[in-house]
Amino acid sequence: MAEANKNIRNFCIIAHIDHGKSTLADRILEKTETVAVRDMEEQLLDNMDIERERGITIKARAVRLKYTAKNGEEYIFNLIDTPGHVDFNYEVSRSLAACEGAILVVDASQGIEAQTLANTYLAIEHDLEVVPVVNKIDLPSADPERVCSEIESVIGIPAMDAPRISAKTGLNIEDVLEKIVTDIPAPSGDTEKPLKALIFDSYYDSYKGVIIYIRVMDGTVKIGDTIKLMSTGAEFTIVEAGHMDASSLVNSGELKAGEVGYLSASIKSIGDTRVGDTVTLADNPCEEALPGYRKVNPMVYSGIYPADGAKYGDLRDALEKLQLNDASLSFEPETSIALGFGFRCGFLGLLHMEIIQERLEREYNLDLITTAPSVIYKVTLTSGETVYIDNPTNYPDTSLIQQAEEPMVKADILSPSEFVGNIMELCQERRGIFKDMQYLDDTRVTLHYELPLNEIVYDFFDALKSRTRGYASFDYELMGYSPSKLVKLDMLLNGEIVDALSFIVHIDKAYGRARKIAEKLKENIPRQLFEVPIQASIGGKIIARETVKAMRKDVLAKCYGGDITRKKKLLEKQKEGKKRMRQLGSVEVPQEAFMSVLKLDS
Amino acid sequence: MDSLGIYIHIPYCAKKCPYCDFFSESYNKKSVMHYTESVVRNLKYYSRERIVDTVYFGGGTPSLIPAECIGKIIDSVRENFILSENPEITLEVNPNTVNADKLADLYSMGVNRLSVGVQSLVTSELKTLGRTHSAEKAVETVINAEKIGFKNISCDMIIGVPNQTIESIEYTIENLCKLPVTHISSYILKIEKNTPFDNPDFISHMPDDDTVSDMYLFMVNELEKRNFMQYEVSNFAKYGFQSNHNNKYWKCHDYLGIGTSAHSCFEGKRFSVPPDIKSFNENAFQKTVITDENPCGFQEYAMLRLRLKEGIDVSKHPEIISKTPELLKAGYINFDGKKISLTPKGYLMSNSVIEYLVF
Repeated sequence: MAEANKNIRNFCIIAHIDHGKSTLADRILEKTETVAVRDMEEQLLDNMDIERERGITIKARAVRLKYTAKNGEEYIFNLIDTPGHVDFNYEVSRSLAACEGAILVVDASQGIEAQTLANTYLAIEHDLEVVPVVNKIDLPSADPERVCSEIESVIGIPAMDAPRISAKTGLNIEDVLEKIVTDIPAPSGDTEKPLKALIFDSYYDSYKGVIIYIRVMDGTVKIGDTIKLMSTGAEFTIVEAGHMDASSLVNSGELKAGEVGYLSASIKSIGDTRVGDTVTLADNPCEEALPGYRKVNPMVYSGIYPADGAKYGDLRDALEKLQLNDASLSFEPETSIALGFGFRCGFLGLLHMEIIQERLEREYNLDLITTAPSVIYKVTLTSGETVYIDNPTNYPDTSLIQQAEEPMVKADILSPSEFVGNIMELCQERRGIFKDMQYLDDTRVTLHYELPLNEIVYDFFDALKSRTRGYASFDYELMGYSPSKLVKLDMLLNGEIVDALSFIVHIDKAYGRARKIAEKLKENIPRQLFEVPIQASIGGKIIARETVKAMRKDVLAKCYGGDITRKKKLLEKQKEGKKRMRQLGSVEVPQEAFMSVLKLDS
Repeated sequence: MDSLGIYIHIPYCAKKCPYCDFFSESYNKKSVMHYTESVVRNLKYYSRERIVDTVYFGGGTPSLIPAECIGKIIDSVRENFILSENPEITLEVNPNTVNADKLADLYSMGVNRLSVGVQSLVTSELKTLGRTHSAEKAVETVINAEKIGFKNISCDMIIGVPNQTIESIEYTIENLCKLPVTHISSYILKIEKNTPFDNPDFISHMPDDDTVSDMYLFMVNELEKRNFMQYEVSNFAKYGFQSNHNNKYWKCHDYLGIGTSAHSCFEGKRFSVPPDIKSFNENAFQKTVITDENPCGFQEYAMLRLRLKEGIDVSKHPEIISKTPELLKAGYINFDGKKISLTPKGYLMSNSVIEYLVF
């Protein structure tokens, strides 16, 4: 271990949503006086509005702190924030690769949750030292002893001496800081070796260009150096190098092995700076790149269209900008007869999809229409060829299909035992295959199911929450494909298939879904000049039908003493109003109709 | 050049009806005399060698003002234009404002067509509509007018009134048609912005659109059964008694409007006069606001003509013909290969149908 690094600690905090990760981060910033108390805003590290509102972290972020330990020595802490949700596992693994240790925050009353487990295992896989902390001990329902023994029995790490804290009140925060010093190892690495640094995050700054966050593994990098990004071979000259304060970048000119910091090198395109890539020096490169991250594959796809077709270019720009700091977002242009030009976007999961949509609408002020989320189906054609389908529109004709397979997930559901019946019922409805059930303690169980991904992309999480009064938590990982009786369900308006409303569904579910969607459409399509037959069909066979009756009265009866201009203006205004609807053949469909079928049970 | 219609707006009412958004003020003899002079002055201003074959006194309540004022105006038309041999001179009448003598005076001044604001012959409906006259008074007015010599009498009625029923409409139609009436205008009650009826309580009591549509189709059928043939969305006439004046509106013919809030389509422009009696009286000539520099284009022509039973010739408009099959299937139009006209069901949806065809 290099002597210079012995007082550096690189760590992250992992926790289930709501267990207090961001609050703990805030307290650590405060205690180390990184932020003056007067500048304290709640959830300082979560600087996106959505993050603060939802109380979650979407993006990884890093900050450098100074701490004088009880042994009298001064330490440098690099705290790398991580998202808690399973959808953002990719981002978590990026953060973990830059750290030597992880603080595991567990709620003193709720105990271990599914996401806690998933992220802890991820940390252990990365050889991190896991430091358990029991939070919210100020709550009356807190039971830190039970939670500590749960951590020992479920995760298998010693926890009896875990700090018992209240991040909210600030109680025992010093214990956490001391644990970081004593339990988390200092980074290794050799400053004499050629530069080898890992990019774990990046974002675009309109003045400085792309800012990359790195963890230096070996060597040194300073202003004026020419760096090389190993996967692309692109070279840049360093303009700034330094570390991250709680709210700004501090250009200290140099970063050394073991340190976490940022580089700015007038990089114009985010495409050049793939997160997970290795940075080295152009004139003294290291021999091989760091392993990087496992490539993430989107699990859920959805079409995103601008409500106003003229905003297509704006949508593309917005997606490109979002992709700059969300490498897991993928998109490519697609065309829908119903919705015009838009993009097929791939997401890590449902929350990820929602977050992206919300950011597009809020940060880029776009009005969007999104199609129902779809998973990727694997279809073996009669020709023997295998195709992967992420857009129902491209689903082959039944006669060409030898075998269809759908993605399955391994789901862990943690819940108080009283809700087991409800959960089993729900999983049954969603075509789940029960694997086993374990008691975590007297009152809590974990249920293991295999579930088709397409059954959970809609509203599984909401349904689970409502059937367990919000107590159950849920996590899943993709386990592979399994053969399934799938059909493509088309919705027809006035006899014409509306491509944006087609979806793939298990044959046993097709009828129920078809009826619900037809009803929703009927509710949301206004009566108009002609009656609108709504039909659902599978392979040309109609399985559900509704009708929006024609409007009956739309007339200006009076002659207004020859005031013709007034009449004409009324008609022109009416015409203008209809432009806000999608014209499908002779049917006018408001945006709400497209949106309503996405939320069938609400 | 086509013959001209002249519209005279009389902006006075004894009491404003709660559904009406036409401009009017309360009656005041001095103001009326002044206003009459202003109308006469304006007629002089527009004086032309043009044949005038219709004069229409609308309001407001034209029957409220002294017959001599109406007479002065008619005389002025005669002096400043070429009044045709058998002009149609219509006056809107509120039954409560006229007795036999006044009707006789109006007749002697040259008025030969009355448009009587009957609205309904059901007392409760008249009350709901805020009308002050009784059903009996309305009937008496029509009978008196006929006795005096009026041979062309139109009555207004309204459907879509709260608590109205198919039966009550039948009652009004049946009894109206027993009278010496030649023409019926039947309007669907529409709530105009900022009128007393424009309130949630009143609106919540109105029959819904489906019910009103049934009422309308019933009404068309009942009137036609009694030889009042529909010739426009809201107008029905016995053979030979269509309103020549109102037809000018739908046929893009010239009409000149004199008086506050009067509208004109005159010698190539549409214009209107601001609703301000003081300004109208004080200006040598009425101020006009041009509302359309280029009226009577095809779109407007079609929009107006499609209100008429005779419809429009579309033989030179393949883009319109291509839209006919769906409309035919839905029963909104008649199409003989050359002319399109709306059916009663089509009239009910005329905004959408016209917009679909030509906008």
